[in-house]
Amino acid sequence: MTHIQSDVHPGTAVIVERLTRRFNNGPPVLDELDLAIAPGEFVALLGHSGSGKSTLLRTLAGLDPVTDGAVTRPRDVSVVFQEHRLLPWKRVWKNVVLGQEDKAIRQRAEAVLEEVGLSHRSNAWPLTLSGGEAQRAALARALVREPAFLMLDEPFAALDALTRLKMQQLVADLWKKHGCAVLLVTHDVDEALLLADRAVVLERGRIRVDVPITIPRPRRHADPGFEGLRSLLLDALGVHAA
Amino acid sequence: MSDAITLTGSYKTAETRGTTRSLRTLVSIRRYASPIVLVCLWQIACSSGLLSTRLVASPVQIAVTGWTLVCDGTLPFNLGVSLLRAGSGLGLAISLGVALALVSGLSRIGEDIVDAPLQILRTLPALALVPLYILWFGIGETPKILLVALGATFPIYLNLHKGIRSIDPKLVEMASTLGLSRWQTIRDVFLPGALPDFLTGLRYAVGVSWLMLVVAEQVNAESGIGHMMMDAQDFLRTDIILVGLLVYGVLGLMSDQIVRLLESTLLAWRPDGRKGRTA
Repeated sequence: MTHIQSDVHPGTAVIVERLTRRFNNGPPVLDELDLAIAPGEFVALLGHSGSGKSTLLRTLAGLDPVTDGAVTRPRDVSVVFQEHRLLPWKRVWKNVVLGQEDKAIRQRAEAVLEEVGLSHRSNAWPLTLSGGEAQRAALARALVREPAFLMLDEPFAALDALTRLKMQQLVADLWKKHGCAVLLVTHDVDEALLLADRAVVLERGRIRVDVPITIPRPRRHADPGFEGLRSLLLDALGVHAA
Repeated sequence: MSDAITLTGSYKTAETRGTTRSLRTLVSIRRYASPIVLVCLWQIACSSGLLSTRLVASPVQIAVTGWTLVCDGTLPFNLGVSLLRAGSGLGLAISLGVALALVSGLSRIGEDIVDAPLQILRTLPALALVPLYILWFGIGETPKILLVALGATFPIYLNLHKGIRSIDPKLVEMASTLGLSRWQTIRDVFLPGALPDFLTGLRYAVGVSWLMLVVAEQVNAESGIGHMMMDAQDFLRTDIILVGLLVYGVLGLMSDQIVRLLESTLLAWRPDGRKGRTA
């Protein structure tokens, strides 16, 4: 099997089976990787640079081909990248509904911009937005498509600490509301603990640790229940917590 | 003794702002003072016989001749002919340049086929083709329009091609994750993204158009501003020649302003600092 199956049923879980990926016959970036994500599940994917996180996400997004193995995913997926990737020549609301061509696009754009708290900038040019605003717009663009599976590729990495906290809260709220499966690629252990149902640590293209995070929501950064998991994950990442 | 420094300022009241504004007007007037003085000196030199009118007509004479040419219809007619030639040539160049740039910008095969010959042709001085053009197309309107088109196609092609090729691949990737079709991606990502470069090319193309037109009309023509000037040469009418030069100058200036206006309207999405950036 060497192709992506786009299942017709919305809400079908993501299934990755024996996915292997090499570049130019080098060592495998993904090495017979198996991963399953249940409908509505929030999975955080952690790992060092070069561990294969981005390659996995790009494969799931359909940006990289499946050359060896099989991937099943819902047809309706959205990606939010580390950079907002808004088209500078389209106003914010037009960026949000980019590619959609029916009569209700304006209303849909306004509604989703309201959800991410950006309705006051709906007519602005993207280059006039702050980093946090631009990322909210990118989030709105991902959500307006009502994806069954949402991929977040280090979406808060370029934001300042305070904006990042707000955005994490926003993502938690939106996930609760939309109930889509989420794969969050991140470097930040605390971010994973705050948001995810499950944390997966990737190392050299294989899963090293796969742990459920059962701390009840809503969670707070200072939750004492985080300690054990935090040192476990940091250990898996090769960072030894003091 | 501390190292602290104090930075102070005072908010300008409306009154002081008024003074600065009138000062600014004065400065902008000063910019025109020197050309005006030069024209006055030119007039004095001609009137006193220091400068022979066989070599160069006086400013007053140029103005009078210009007015006469407007009144007897010579100038409007020739101007119309020239504008039509430049306009048709430029229109042809834009269609051809855009089509070629799209072919070579949007596909690898297209680039292999289109880009190499154009890069070779580009190095030929277009004006050296005048004799060949006359042999091929005779002495009618065709060679003149084609000469303008030939010269103006390259800046359009080169800039638009560069613009399409330098689109951020991340934006194209984003478009593909959103499920945009190839046509939607071209319309929403490639074309608007390459527009700034296209407009830079257009500005060059307009400049080249006038240059080609001058040559085409002076080598072989029965009408047009260039012909009017060549005709005047036979009769030693330096005043008419200078009127022609003036017209060319004004045309060049005006077309540049039009493209600038296009830039500021079409590229409204760019932050102010980059608007009207000179190429």
